[in-house]
Amino acid sequence: MRILNASGCLDALTAPAVARSLDAFVTKTVTPLPREGNAPPRIAEVEHGMLNSIGLANPGIDRFLAHTLPRLGELDVPVWVSVGAFTVADYADLCDRLDDRPEVDAIELNVSCPNVDDVPASVGEIVAASRAATRKPLYTKLSPATADIAEVARAAQKAGTDGLSLVNTILGLALDEQTLKPRLSRGAGGLSGAALKPIALAAVYACYAATGLPIVGMGGIASGRDALELVAAGAASVALGTILFSDPGAPARIRAELASEIASLGVGSSDNAIGLAHAETAATSETAARAAAMSVQ
Amino acid sequence: MSPLLPRAGNTRRYWPLAGPSPASAAEPALPNDVWSGVFRRERCRVLTVETIGPYTLLRVERGALNPGAPGQFFMLEAPARPLPRPMSLCLAPPGELAFLVDPIGPGTRALCALQPGDGLAILGPLGNGFRLDVERPLLVGGGIGIAPLPYLSDALGRPPAILGFRSDGHAEAARLVPNAEIVLEPTYVTEAITPGHDVLACGPEPMLAAVARLEPAAQLAWEAPMACGYGACYGCAVEIGGELRRLCIDGPVLSARAERTSDRLLASASGRQGGSA
Repeated sequence: MRILNASGCLDALTAPAVARSLDAFVTKTVTPLPREGNAPPRIAEVEHGMLNSIGLANPGIDRFLAHTLPRLGELDVPVWVSVGAFTVADYADLCDRLDDRPEVDAIELNVSCPNVDDVPASVGEIVAASRAATRKPLYTKLSPATADIAEVARAAQKAGTDGLSLVNTILGLALDEQTLKPRLSRGAGGLSGAALKPIALAAVYACYAATGLPIVGMGGIASGRDALELVAAGAASVALGTILFSDPGAPARIRAELASEIASLGVGSSDNAIGLAHAETAATSETAARAAAMSVQ
Repeated sequence: MSPLLPRAGNTRRYWPLAGPSPASAAEPALPNDVWSGVFRRERCRVLTVETIGPYTLLRVERGALNPGAPGQFFMLEAPARPLPRPMSLCLAPPGELAFLVDPIGPGTRALCALQPGDGLAILGPLGNGFRLDVERPLLVGGGIGIAPLPYLSDALGRPPAILGFRSDGHAEAARLVPNAEIVLEPTYVTEAITPGHDVLACGPEPMLAAVARLEPAAQLAWEAPMACGYGACYGCAVEIGGELRRLCIDGPVLSARAERTSDRLLASASGRQGGSA
């Protein structure tokens, strides 16, 4: 079971040992042009998680390819590059420029940043154009803020994505205790942490059933048990986000806890735990039969 | 235990599950590894919790944590809160670390409610501290911004200090800083600074901006909301040298002259007293 970081939740160059404790490092989203990001304040803690409105701060693809990627390549950890853009052509161009770089193990398409129109047709177009531009494995990262995420996942599958990253943050708002004004400079921001877990579970569950694609599950994982639940919902790998902020040792801890959880399940290999929530088990069949019998009486 | 799995040989995909033995549910194992060659994370036991005016001085067992340089900070787990809180080190007696906390929000209130014997995870030391190669040091602090000054004072041989507070109650914290002159609002610390010193300052942003105007060579310890403290979250971006940079790894101590934080940052600051909520 691979453990990755969620894009934007770790800088491998400032914390290389943390990156090396992962099975792959996912970069902060890279865009065609440099972006400074949003004005501070950009983060706010909330009751069961946090909000961020960093604003895709990144050096842009030119500087990323020239300076950042070679240094990431020296870390001896597989590198996934997250890319984001505002047009289909720009996504394809980003993928094209990463295609011949040996440091890149996979590309994650961030199609869920707030400024990208997140409708199935659009996601399908982005994935199709990106697919045509690269032979690298493509993972498409979806927003849970959509009426039917399974439909978006099917569009991405049809367009040739190799896998799905589920889920991105969902917009939330926090107000200052005294002034009742938004605590983030931009107003709302992406909600992550424990509050996101049930939302992530629902998305992984629906997309696994709809597509059968490999899924990197993320959203509020703070323990091996949380990771196991996402795996049972259908994730083949998991990614850690907000927990890395409070505990840079989380990858090793969660890896050990997950191993223990899977061992106590008695399913053998960890792969056998993937999608367990969907399986018609003997126990649930029995329960259903009993319920049916009772309803007859 | 080392949490970092050996990455010898092939590090490609589909790593098998491996790692240290599972942690117990009651007391999750914390990695005691050196993360970047400098900082570590440890579970520390609270020794004493002392009220000083409106503030709380939290003394914890140091364990294997390095106290670092004055002006560096640690991320303190805030009980039952999602994110830790950045705190500069206040005192470093042998075997201990002490932090001065202002209970202004849910996280700092939870820290102040800790009891002797409680445990909390602490990560650090983080960031860049004060340069100590100064000839005529003058420490300047405002409110909870005096927090790093006791440790700094020790390191510099108890130089003179000027501390500004809102009230007599807040000024009780001045007893932590040797050789301190106290000014109370409406008098400002800048009115008490005499020329010819190497100023090292920490306090609310308007105070630091005023000190920077008066003493362009001053070293200033800034503050920003911070989720991680080690460069991962990009939450603490401030404008340094004309671009947004992460205060946790480029600061928190900056030179007023070379890297003056611009008016744009100051305009975005709410002007509230320093201190993590």
